[in-house]
Amino acid sequence: MKAPDLELGLRCEDAEVRIGAKALLSRATVRLAPGRVTAILGPNGAGKSTLLSVLSGQREPTAGRALLDGRPLRAHGMPALALRRALMPQESAVAFDFSARDVVALGRYPHRLAPAPDEDAIVAAAMALTDVSALAPRVLNTLSGGEKARVHMARVLAQLWHPRADGAARWLLLDEPTAALDLAHQHAAMRLLRGWAGQGVGVVVVLHDLNLARRYADEVVVLGVPDIPGGLCQGPTAEVLAPPLIEAVWRMPCQSVVGADGIEQYLFG
Amino acid sequence: MSQRFPPRAVLAGCALLLAFALALGAVSGAYAISLPQLWKVLASLGQGAAADKSPEYLVFVNIRLPRLVLGVAAGAGLGMAGTLMQGLFRNPLADPGLVGISSGAALAAGVTIVLGAWFMPVLPRTLGSWTLVVMAFGGGLSVTLLIYALSRSEGGTRMALMLLAGIAVNALAGAGLGFLSVMATDEQLRSLQFWLLGSLGGARWSAVILVGVAVLLSCVAAASLAAPLNAIALGESQAALLGVDVERIKRRAIVVTAVAVGAVTATTGIIGFVGLIAPHWVRMVAGPDHRAVLPASALLGAALVLVSDTVARTAMAPAELPLGVLTAFIGVPMFLLMLRHFRGRI
Repeated sequence: MKAPDLELGLRCEDAEVRIGAKALLSRATVRLAPGRVTAILGPNGAGKSTLLSVLSGQREPTAGRALLDGRPLRAHGMPALALRRALMPQESAVAFDFSARDVVALGRYPHRLAPAPDEDAIVAAAMALTDVSALAPRVLNTLSGGEKARVHMARVLAQLWHPRADGAARWLLLDEPTAALDLAHQHAAMRLLRGWAGQGVGVVVVLHDLNLARRYADEVVVLGVPDIPGGLCQGPTAEVLAPPLIEAVWRMPCQSVVGADGIEQYLFG
Repeated sequence: MSQRFPPRAVLAGCALLLAFALALGAVSGAYAISLPQLWKVLASLGQGAAADKSPEYLVFVNIRLPRLVLGVAAGAGLGMAGTLMQGLFRNPLADPGLVGISSGAALAAGVTIVLGAWFMPVLPRTLGSWTLVVMAFGGGLSVTLLIYALSRSEGGTRMALMLLAGIAVNALAGAGLGFLSVMATDEQLRSLQFWLLGSLGGARWSAVILVGVAVLLSCVAAASLAAPLNAIALGESQAALLGVDVERIKRRAIVVTAVAVGAVTATTGIIGFVGLIAPHWVRMVAGPDHRAVLPASALLGAALVLVSDTVARTAMAPAELPLGVLTAFIGVPMFLLMLRHFRGRI
């Protein structure tokens, strides 16, 4: 019998997800500490969303394990988990004509048994953060893709709004939150996530834009790296995300330039 | 932009509509009771006075009241169950019949009516006039369980699978009924047809109380499903991430629906459209929050069934029209009008 593992943080060890003979994720080991922005990167089909669903407790790995603060995610219980971990999905059709405000308010569902004194204010403030206050009365399904994404981001922010009374870290997982956003909203969203990480929230975000990752992520997890067991590479963004690795993973010529503001950017092709 | 009415206003409106339908149903019929007479009857009911033996008292207590109560129970059960099924399937086309309750009950009723004397000479003797009710209820329940079992995969229930299994089993039951109608005598055919189109004509206090209790308990159980169903509108996996035990909610919703609609259908036959239409009407004016839609659909369903039944027994008196024909005649045109008015919101 092993001693209880009390390491704080979110991690998975040798996590594998198989459906039949097909491996959606193979032997992934990732350790995440709260208070940082971690970007999950990789080509299509590398298992980014699967890794996120394992880390959220939504999917149980078929082999290996996923732990939050040393306990298997599922052992926390889904209702308790919902109080400190939110996942923004990639696609999100909502049945019936719920308004944008209704959808954000659903983020408060886990707190319905012990509501905060300012439930309505939380919903309004979360909508203001992602710039969707003006859309509040609109029916969600009539909004554009980018507007929907911002409404759902407000929903997951509302879900984790207040720090936990027990001091446990909150975890915000997002699957390509910037994919449908315009340039200004992409950067606004990433700055917002950085701000939340600054308050001690663990932010894990799947991205396709390497420049966004380079600029805003403390750490990256790259999937689909050739010639590495498990194909997974984790480390500080500036160290890991170098042009040779990018060329090996995405098979695109890549060079890095430093702009006038001193920020490194990648050029492709 | 949606100009919705607040849930309280919608609930009050539906309650008012039901009160009106109750009053209308109480005064009209083969023996007309005037409003002052009705007031007197209600007063003597309240005093528990057994002395009142006026004809209007006897008609009201023995004939009209059980029918009104059955109508309320049937409409409320169907409206509530329709809301549950549409919420669970995340599909505005779903109705209680979809999970096999109606077709199972219909097939069992058909078998009892046409072949009962053949196959089960013992059953009618032991169950008496309850045979049809018990058989229909059992039929509805077993087909629902069959469809539920067929749609389970990898430890979960796949709703799309359930929908398809429901359609397939419903079609099979339809074929069975078609076969039975060929074998039936003229008299059996009439009673089969009447059963398939629904009627509150079988309202006796013993049956009414049974259905009333079943529907009441179902409505109480359904109340706790409203908030989780809102979360399920985001999708089952998102609801699970919000801490909803999706499988448990599904099981409960299906059991509640099967009990309420099974009890109603076994007593009244198949009353169509109420479960489909009532939730839509409410959503159009109140928005989709199940905490409002669930109780308001129950009230509206009850009102719709009562008005339809009142027309059914007065329009061509002394002949009685089938209730299912009336709920469709009254409900569907009004529904289509509202669809036109609110088409931007569906």
